[in-house]
Amino acid sequence: MTEMSYLDGNMLDGPMRELFTVDLSTAMGRCENCGMTGSMASLHVYSHAPGLVARCPSCEGVMLRLVRGPDRAWLDLRGTTFLQVPMPMEQTVAGPL
Amino acid sequence: MGIVSPGFQGRPRTQEPALPPGQYLTEDFPVLSAGPTPRVSLDTWEFVISAENGSDHRWSWQELMALPQETPTVDIHCVTRWSKFGTTWQGVSLDTLLADVDTGAHFALAHSYGGYTTNLPLDDLRGGQAWVVHSFDGAPLPAEHGGPARLLVPHLYFWKSAKWVRGLRLKTMDEPGFWETAGYHDYGDPWREQRYQGD
Ligand SMILES: [Zn+2]
Repeated sequence: MTEMSYLDGNMLDGPMRELFTVDLSTAMGRCENCGMTGSMASLHVYSHAPGLVARCPSCEGVMLRLVRGPDRAWLDLRGTTFLQVPMPMEQTVAGPL
Repeated sequence: MGIVSPGFQGRPRTQEPALPPGQYLTEDFPVLSAGPTPRVSLDTWEFVISAENGSDHRWSWQELMALPQETPTVDIHCVTRWSKFGTTWQGVSLDTLLADVDTGAHFALAHSYGGYTTNLPLDDLRGGQAWVVHSFDGAPLPAEHGGPARLLVPHLYFWKSAKWVRGLRLKTMDEPGFWETAGYHDYGDPWREQRYQGD
């Protein structure tokens, strides 16, 4: 038997695009368990499971779970304190019209 | 062409056991895991049943092995749609482990080395339906399949048979576990195809 291996967080991009338009691989996240902030692409993703389980590369705490049913999906981010997502520069609002 | 009577072609095929709906049969034993495989030394291994009144019942590895052993042969059904017929295990019935536990709880939350949890009604762990098993096919249970010991509750989807089991917390209120909080069914009966919440 081989040791269970994991994939890197880049593999979450496709499944997450089903839910959001955000490119998760460019997002940063903070681990609720150990406080480390890092790229979501660096998470360890266990996919030989009933869902995707993404763990912090530092403490192995669960940061994200994504379950895909035939007609529904569940996203659990309780192990992620925040997601920091790059955004286009906000348009400066002109004065009152 | 003559009429061939049934029975002239040898013994009738033995009846294949039925598969639950939506399942396929597999001969191998897929390894599913939601995280790194915990490595637990038998010197420090323990199994603990924590009753709702705060009392703990503990067994060391030696104490578990000294209890009456059973060798159930059962069919198992994974929610990822594979089923495997006629798996043989060795371990201790939960009836034996619960015998001296004074409880009025209706629910159990199984918890594992590595942090996994899964919830079951306590009645589903009684009546010869559930075991803490330490051997598979006559050999010690490999770590990737949940060794040193895992829960075996074959009448429910296999995510309820917690690998690397460390104990049970008995509860008056149902508390959903690792997959049950992320969309999976609270009970998980494969014959009623209770895969996801609301099924
Ligand atoms: Zn962490």
